[in-house]
Amino acid sequence: MGIIQAENLVHEYIRRDEDGNVEEINRALDDINIDIQAGQFIAILGHNGSGKSTLAKHLNAILMPTEGTLWVDGMDTLDRENIWKVRQSAGMVFQNPDNQIVANVVEEDVGFGPENLGVPTEDIWKRVEECLKDVRMYEFRKASPNHLSGGQKQRVAIAGILAMHPKCIVLDEPTAMLDPVGRKEVIKTITRLNKEENITVILITHYMEEVVNADAVLVMDKGRIVMQGTPKEVFSKVDKLKEYRLTVPEVTLLAHKLRQKGVPVSKGILTTEQLVEEIKKVM
Amino acid sequence: MLRDITIGQYYREESVIHRLDPRVKLAGTFIYIILLFIFDNIWGYALATLAFAVVVKASRIPLKFILKGLRPILFLLLLTVFFNMFFVTGTHVILQYGIIRITWEGLKSAAFMGIRLILLILGSSLMTYTTTPNHLTDGLEKGLNWMNKFKVPIHEIAMMMSIALRFIPILLEETDIIMKAQSARGVDFEHGRVWTRAKNMVPILVPLFISAFRRANDLARAMEARCYRGGEGRTKMKPLVYARRDRAAYLLVVVYIALLIAGDRTLAYFL
Repeated sequence: MGIIQAENLVHEYIRRDEDGNVEEINRALDDINIDIQAGQFIAILGHNGSGKSTLAKHLNAILMPTEGTLWVDGMDTLDRENIWKVRQSAGMVFQNPDNQIVANVVEEDVGFGPENLGVPTEDIWKRVEECLKDVRMYEFRKASPNHLSGGQKQRVAIAGILAMHPKCIVLDEPTAMLDPVGRKEVIKTITRLNKEENITVILITHYMEEVVNADAVLVMDKGRIVMQGTPKEVFSKVDKLKEYRLTVPEVTLLAHKLRQKGVPVSKGILTTEQLVEEIKKVM
Repeated sequence: MLRDITIGQYYREESVIHRLDPRVKLAGTFIYIILLFIFDNIWGYALATLAFAVVVKASRIPLKFILKGLRPILFLLLLTVFFNMFFVTGTHVILQYGIIRITWEGLKSAAFMGIRLILLILGSSLMTYTTTPNHLTDGLEKGLNWMNKFKVPIHEIAMMMSIALRFIPILLEETDIIMKAQSARGVDFEHGRVWTRAKNMVPILVPLFISAFRRANDLARAMEARCYRGGEGRTKMKPLVYARRDRAAYLLVVVYIALLIAGDRTLAYFL
């Protein structure tokens, strides 16, 4: 059993009128089955309203399954007693960097999670130092979050989650509100954490460029997982991705167009370097 | 105008007063203010002024900066002095001109009232100058945690204060953005009568409130995701521990009280 496992997971948002009668049922997750192993870097892609954020909220026990079961590190999220342990083992980074920083000083914010867990004072300091160094924000430890850029704030938020010593980090569109530089910083940071610290990463996004380093990509649409595989496998099906209203990276699209015109480049090209190599071979 | 208000600001400096435990400063200021009202005679005010001067010196904050804190209450101060001077009835008339009548008692009461107000404002602003908002809320939380017994949720109050402090600059910035956006749509904030201008504030306040609620909701969720469940079972990254200088400061407060009482008794004996 992996670190995160879902079996026939279903979630329904139920809207009721004033008398409590059911007005509308919206099936946001429909029969989700996943099994994520420790140390993996998983990307979940999907258009707005595809259910990807609902899935993220399940991983952190913010939402509970309507049907089916979800295990996080072997704990059933439906069990109320597990709720804090689940949140500690699957840390969650949210979209808006401002709205998830609690304290007025960077180091105090990173210490917030360990404080809540009841970690002794000296250990909190050790964890804060370690985690701020991990995200390369140690020199800003005395700064006010208000003076940081979006990407830096998001790295502080990641450090705040790391300090709780989670087994897995779930990032719910962490780059959606950042500029391109901040976006790169954040993606670089989580990729390094995954490779060097061996932390399981689940990245939810709709930017395709961010998922090229992932071990596996899941594509969601209308609450279902419609495609899964390595980035290469998924991106080789350009037409299918377009059906799900996802835009493939420009390089992949260019390679795809070249193939259509009869240039023999291989399928599922993800980076500029790969395409350059392929074209060199052809010429 | 908002920039003029120095009460509640922090003045960065390395001094003994800055390093004191916030609980000492809170208790000290509280006692100082109460004593200003109890001992309202020459000796009381003289000693209070002296004590204030000593603390200012020790805090290394320029006196000019501290006195700036009086600017927003200058009008209130003059008004109080004015009323006391002309309307306190007394027997020792110094000057009489028509209905204007200044008495010795009125002058005395005006002077005392003025000094008391000045010391009150300056004393409490000195505390905020030397204590960061974070430290202040920490001090409140720990200093007042005995109130938990009376079901006062002191941890929650302190947490709310520190979150409010964190979001003030963010919301100010947002107000600025909304104002610009609404100006671009033709809302006029600078002209017209007071009533029209007040009505024009509505298109700022509504989006601001909506956004504040959304932020609150996001933050609550983020805090829960980081296992926040109230003050119980929490440890502190920066716990407050009394040092030797804090005990010394408490001792000085006791000495101050003793001197006040002694002086007051002596004064009462001779008069």
